[in-house]
Amino acid sequence: MKQNEILETIRMIEQQKLDIRTITLGISLRGCAGDDADTVCGRIYDTITARAENLTRVSHAIETEYGVPIINRRVSVTPIALVADALDLDGFLKVAQTLDKAAKAVGVDFLGGYSALVHKGFARGDDTLLTALPEALSTTDRVCASINVATTRAGINMDAVARMGRIIKDTAERSADRDGIGCAKLVTFANVPEDNPFMAGAFHGIGEPECVVNVGISGPGAVKSALESVRGEPFDIVAETVKKTAFKITRMGQLVAREASRRLGVPFGIVDLSLAPTPAVGDSVAHILEEMGVEVCGAPGTTAALALLNDAVKKGGVMASGHVGGLSGAFIPVSEDEGMIAAVKRGALSLNKLEAMTAVCSVGLDMIAVPGDTSAETLSALIADEMAIGVVNGKTTAVRVIPAPGKQAGDRVAFGGLLGEAPVMEVSEFGSADLIKRGGRIPAPIHSLRN
Amino acid sequence: MRAIITVIGQDRIGIIARVTGILAQCRVNVLDISQTILQEFFTMTMLTDLAAMEISLEELSAKLKEAGDEMGLSIRVQHEDLFRSMHRI
Repeated sequence: MKQNEILETIRMIEQQKLDIRTITLGISLRGCAGDDADTVCGRIYDTITARAENLTRVSHAIETEYGVPIINRRVSVTPIALVADALDLDGFLKVAQTLDKAAKAVGVDFLGGYSALVHKGFARGDDTLLTALPEALSTTDRVCASINVATTRAGINMDAVARMGRIIKDTAERSADRDGIGCAKLVTFANVPEDNPFMAGAFHGIGEPECVVNVGISGPGAVKSALESVRGEPFDIVAETVKKTAFKITRMGQLVAREASRRLGVPFGIVDLSLAPTPAVGDSVAHILEEMGVEVCGAPGTTAALALLNDAVKKGGVMASGHVGGLSGAFIPVSEDEGMIAAVKRGALSLNKLEAMTAVCSVGLDMIAVPGDTSAETLSALIADEMAIGVVNGKTTAVRVIPAPGKQAGDRVAFGGLLGEAPVMEVSEFGSADLIKRGGRIPAPIHSLRN
Repeated sequence: MRAIITVIGQDRIGIIARVTGILAQCRVNVLDISQTILQEFFTMTMLTDLAAMEISLEELSAKLKEAGDEMGLSIRVQHEDLFRSMHRI
């Protein structure tokens, strides 16, 4: 090995905050179904604690041996709406408590899969799960929920969109003492991936094996640093530089995924090639865009810069991993990105610009705090817009928005830890209540005549 | 397993002696050493074989870290595969 290559790796880890963001163990809970809540909860607890027993130990061992920080260990499970379909509301709430207890027992910070797929309508379990969400999210610490309300093939379930607005409001109010943190654990999706290792949207899809290891990588700092060496160069060189860096980052993810899979005796699923920022200084996607030449993230040109970044990350990463999946791309969660927070505070980044950016990046309106008095209908309408972008463009989009109780635009909310803090963003004062009241489904888009 | 040990910090007398002394004591075989002064920093990378080592990797890392802290150096022990996978196809 050449000394400069060794030192490059060390610099990436030490100075540029390159890390493995998460090792996520996907666990099927299909065998836990039943019509008695206590029996179902007992099976769920036993299955999770047995399967994930060694997750923390193995993760720490890999971290020590390779000297690569592994920030989070997580568990994703089969959508609970399927597993608990036969239970009543009380049963669904018991399941949420059981998942929280199991997550704590195996030492994972979040467990995802309190989920339902309702893009064409509600089965019994879906309906109960949605009803249970506000209480489930505000009485647990580690349980994450995701609801898929739209797909490119099915269109948008506007009844579900309307319900999500009300659920988000209710969840925020129930966790009002903590700035509505319950909503930070709830994602509304279009075209949700079934193998995403990142929270809060992770669940173990129905096409997945009994148990699987998925790894999410990160490294905005490493990409930013690489781009500093090509200042002023044309975009061809920018794209090449991002690709090369993404390749190296992903190879590290692939190595960790392979080792985790071998040591846990669980098949390797995918590496998620994502640039996931954290609130830490130097770990920002916004700063990459600024390095490309926009004065502040959100200025005109930001969408173009993000489009290049998102695409180059995928191109560089794909060759580095045996199997790629999940959300793969650049994340733009406002509260979790130091540069995004600064851009909002300076008035450069608005909700409208973020919406445009979601058309070309990996996820959607993510970790955005809005005024507490934003109506449920307006929240639903924000979701509808975002779902439309995903459905028409054949990509995943998501909304994780927090109507912070008692807060106005310009105020600040703080969730702590990885969830970070954010300025409350301004939302349009004009209403959409009649649009949301219609309900029904927006049909799937046509796939020819693409303009 | 083979590990890359990197030692980075302010240059002073006796760094190599101290580090290799600990390695010999722990029965770690040094296969290759490369050392330079890079932007005024002492920088050494070593390829080592840990097959005959009688203590755990954590213990070796802890011993080296202790020596590093005393001498104002950052010392890391990392599996060779990390660097191979990142820089070789």
